[in-house]
Amino acid sequence: MELLLVSVLNGLLYGMLLFMLASGLTLIFSIMGVLNFAHASLYMLGAYFAYEISRRVGFWVALVIAPLLCGLLGALIETYGLRKAHRHGHVAELLFTFGLAFIVEKLVLMVWGPTAVPYRVPPELDFTLFSVYGTHVSAYRGFILLISAAMFAAIWLLLTRTRMGFVIQASLSHPDMVASLGHNVPRVFTTVFAGGAALAGLAGVIGGNYLVTEPAMAFSMGPIVFVVVVFGGLGSLAGCFIASLIMGFVQTFAVVLDISPADLLARLGVAVTPATPLAEVLRVPLPRIGPFLPFLLMVFMLLVRPRGLLGTRDT
Amino acid sequence: MSGATIRRRGGARRTWWGSWAWFSALGLAVLLPWIIFDWRHGRHDGFAVALLTQTAIMSVFALSYNMLSGQSGLLSFGHAVFLGLPAYVTIHVMNAIAAGHLWIPEELLPLVGGISGLLFAALFGYPTTRQRATAFAMITFGIGELVTAAATMFQGFFGGEGGVTADRALNTSLLGLSYEPAIEVYYLALAWTVIAVVLMRLLARTPLGRMAEACRDNHERVRFLGYDPHGIRFCQFALSGFFAGIAGALYAMTYEIVTYDAVGATLSGNALFMTFIGGVGVFWGPIVGAVLVVIMQSWVGLVSNAWQIYVGVLFIAMVMYAPGGLAGLIVLHGPVWQEGRIQALLLSYARVALPGLLAVLGFVALVELGSSVMLGEHEKGAVRLFGGALDPASPWLWGGGAALLLIGGSIARRQGRALAARWALIAEGTSAG
Amino acid sequence: MFRCMLAVILVAFGAAARAEDSIRIGLTDPMSGAFAQTGQQNSQQAQYLLDSINSKGGALGRTFELVTYDNKLQPSEALIALQSMVDHNIPFVWSNAGSNVAAALIDGVEKHNARDPDHRVLYFTAGSTAPELTNEKCSFWFFRFVPTTEQFAEMLVRALPPEVKKVYLLNPDYLYGQAMQRDSTKFLAQYRPDVQAAGNELIPVGKVKDFSSYIAKIKASGAQALITGNFGPDLSLLIKAGTEAGLDVSYYTVWAGTGGTPTAIGPAGNSRVFALQAFNDNMADEQGDAALKDLVTRFRATHDYDFDAGSWRAMFELLQAAIQKAGSTDPAKVAQVLEGMTSRDMLGHEWAMRAEDHQVLMPYYVSVFTKDVKYDSEHTGLGWKVIKTYEGKDLALPTTCKMKRPAT
Repeated sequence: MELLLVSVLNGLLYGMLLFMLASGLTLIFSIMGVLNFAHASLYMLGAYFAYEISRRVGFWVALVIAPLLCGLLGALIETYGLRKAHRHGHVAELLFTFGLAFIVEKLVLMVWGPTAVPYRVPPELDFTLFSVYGTHVSAYRGFILLISAAMFAAIWLLLTRTRMGFVIQASLSHPDMVASLGHNVPRVFTTVFAGGAALAGLAGVIGGNYLVTEPAMAFSMGPIVFVVVVFGGLGSLAGCFIASLIMGFVQTFAVVLDISPADLLARLGVAVTPATPLAEVLRVPLPRIGPFLPFLLMVFMLLVRPRGLLGTRDT
Repeated sequence: MSGATIRRRGGARRTWWGSWAWFSALGLAVLLPWIIFDWRHGRHDGFAVALLTQTAIMSVFALSYNMLSGQSGLLSFGHAVFLGLPAYVTIHVMNAIAAGHLWIPEELLPLVGGISGLLFAALFGYPTTRQRATAFAMITFGIGELVTAAATMFQGFFGGEGGVTADRALNTSLLGLSYEPAIEVYYLALAWTVIAVVLMRLLARTPLGRMAEACRDNHERVRFLGYDPHGIRFCQFALSGFFAGIAGALYAMTYEIVTYDAVGATLSGNALFMTFIGGVGVFWGPIVGAVLVVIMQSWVGLVSNAWQIYVGVLFIAMVMYAPGGLAGLIVLHGPVWQEGRIQALLLSYARVALPGLLAVLGFVALVELGSSVMLGEHEKGAVRLFGGALDPASPWLWGGGAALLLIGGSIARRQGRALAARWALIAEGTSAG
Repeated sequence: MFRCMLAVILVAFGAAARAEDSIRIGLTDPMSGAFAQTGQQNSQQAQYLLDSINSKGGALGRTFELVTYDNKLQPSEALIALQSMVDHNIPFVWSNAGSNVAAALIDGVEKHNARDPDHRVLYFTAGSTAPELTNEKCSFWFFRFVPTTEQFAEMLVRALPPEVKKVYLLNPDYLYGQAMQRDSTKFLAQYRPDVQAAGNELIPVGKVKDFSSYIAKIKASGAQALITGNFGPDLSLLIKAGTEAGLDVSYYTVWAGTGGTPTAIGPAGNSRVFALQAFNDNMADEQGDAALKDLVTRFRATHDYDFDAGSWRAMFELLQAAIQKAGSTDPAKVAQVLEGMTSRDMLGHEWAMRAEDHQVLMPYYVSVFTKDVKYDSEHTGLGWKVIKTYEGKDLALPTTCKMKRPAT
């Protein structure tokens, strides 16, 4: 019971952290149709910018400035890179962001070195908020929860309740119409990409010190974020939100549930001995493959329902 | 696309020229180990032979990747799976041969890899190829992750961290060779590369190859014509696995060890880089890419620790400015060359190339300075750069590099526009004629 | 541009030609990519130590020269690097990072020496710790100057204080971690039958971002100590999540002392985190002589990272003595002399190269991460303090090696 409660809490927190990263990616995809491989790179840059700013001016300044820097960078990438690649089609766009992610990782390696930088949780938030059965929950985790919930609400309202949101959504489905109404469609795209980049940057600021800020963070975080976005349905913010929570819970509970296929077979009366074919595979308990379950889920989802959980069109 | 149209217009003369190029490339590949010979010690240069073998393997691998990305329009992010798994199968078969459980002529081992590649690709490919575009890309990505995870977790088949080793001296050669010297393996790899290249070339011209291209361009219409796009994609995927499997078997025979790195993301990424830098639209493009990437990671790697940045920048430049890759650029010049109007472009090229070179020089200087500072090489004294020892702390160097990059870059950019205008003029003349 | 490149290449070849009279050691480690710093710091520390050995005369009146080759941490690239070293007639091949690389090189060297007996090479490692390398895969041409993970497990288990009655095991899910788990369990039964293993966990390498669920499980198990073979972010994230959740355990780790991890753990790890080490900057100050103190102070003055490879000095001295005694750099002769050789390191402990499997028996230390030290690690304000010393002979474990020696 105690473990269950703590695990629900952990799953929720991890899911919300994933959502922070995934929301920007979903936003960009839903408007521009671009699966941005460099998204996690912007997350990483957000963390490194925040590290540099917070050791000079302070965390709270970094919380504002670093995402803005990432947004600016996103605008530059869209204007001078993505738009050019777009002329050669969607594959070129995808490859462009893939190459960009590769280069950003190498550049970060060159500038900040390959080992972790001491980017730490600000002292103002470095205390225990409350305890559940003796497990402390730090104020910073509460802060993460707060920010990500606010983020979800803000994006949702922006897209569905504001004029800007309508223009953005219409630019996707009827770009010519929007253009003839006097809106600058390329600028809408730039804004959206910059917005998505800023969200990634914000996730970096917040996730960088909660986790570890090092050059491999983009490469290790990128795949799982992709999985969340694709599983939830490309372009669906609600789907992305649900998928984030599902993945958070799946990974958390996989750790806690110590069962293997062999155990299940034993319950059915089939004993797995070393001589059984695939015995090595069958004896793997759930915690060992927990982090790979999202990939399995994604592959399965795409095979039966290529548009994902709540997606509106095929991937 | 543009490559195909040009080829068709070229007619007989181009075919002759094309085969001449193929044969001279093959001749060069055969002779190179003897051109780069270590006369002082009277033996082959092992490093050169190793690189040549690697190039041959990677050429097959990149071409097999292009059967998906170029011909079928399927972007795979897990192609190494179909090199790595057959490589594991091959190395187990080699051990079985050595133990006397099996008898297979050594020369036919690549076929073992090919067939197992075909089977693996058929197994994974049947569900995967139901999808296309992004869903296909993401599924291959997921499969790549899962197989890599399995390769580290399970030791029965994958051998754990140390991988699976074998001895390639099996004594089952039909030609009486021992395959102990690396040079013999190189020629075997080269022979199989030729076989694979010829087969892939022929395949591209069969109805299947043509239908794959049609599927890539407009799969709806293919369906209306009564073909099954899934079936076509599936066949292409399985056959691509066959050729990747040949590369995998050659990998196992060359290195005599297969570790989880053979199924990993680095190799999958390399396939993508090689293919798109070389060019997806032209059949021989991926070979050019394979040669270039191997050279960059090994030879440039000897003098620079930042070779990956160069590969990445080259890749991005290609995607943005030359989506046809290097081969696409070369093919583009075919008609202009034939019309004898290439001279008209030379001056424009020189105008772009000179400032362009300066910009590249500036960029290289900045990257090398940056990497030496990061890695702390300066503690040993100075940066080795352009044949001299330089002090990376000097602001002049940084400023000079940045200035070269900016000034050279902006001039090259302006001249590039002039070149594009001139090119358009000439191209108009040629295609009209 | 091309002329410049050509010049670089010519300079490189010139250097290779000139250096035929020095004793060359070819070091292959990752010099580019994500692990570049490992390779670069390895080569810089080795160069620093070799300089000091060369200043005292080298071996056979010749100096040692270090030549580096990038292997990108890929076995296939390491084999190409080996080819390159053979081309340049380098007799001594050395690598550290990655047991996958080491396994490929052992196999490659064994085959090369059999196929080309005129250009044989000797291979040694100071970083690859998989037990199989000096057991099933052992080779006459391969020497290991670092303990095995099996010995690591033993050291961690024996370092557990008597009041600990419940431990939790958490290791990376591949051959190395699985072996750590198996061996820790074995040694717990052997040395500490009073200790109960409260939990046993394998985690995929580099995939877990949020360790709080593991922490919850560890907490629920009531463990007082955690034995882990995790490294890199997997270790930092684990310890960070644990300290944040207020988990009251001591972390007995193999790798917490390696580059970047002290930075990532930070002050929260004070007096809680233990690591296995062959050397740290504070040892010289606590127990070393003037020469060693000087070596460490000079290193700290000229380098921006910890001098964690200080123990390689003893390895180079063994190699130096073996070459001197063999009277030649012929790998076969040196290998024969090196078998069973012993020496004392700068702290006065014995190093012995066991003849039956070519596994070194060297001193090793358990250190705690604490504020109470002279030299801190990575500017964190905390450094490593030795709490337990193992002599090499105390760590001798049986081997399954069946060494095939060449007929001479």
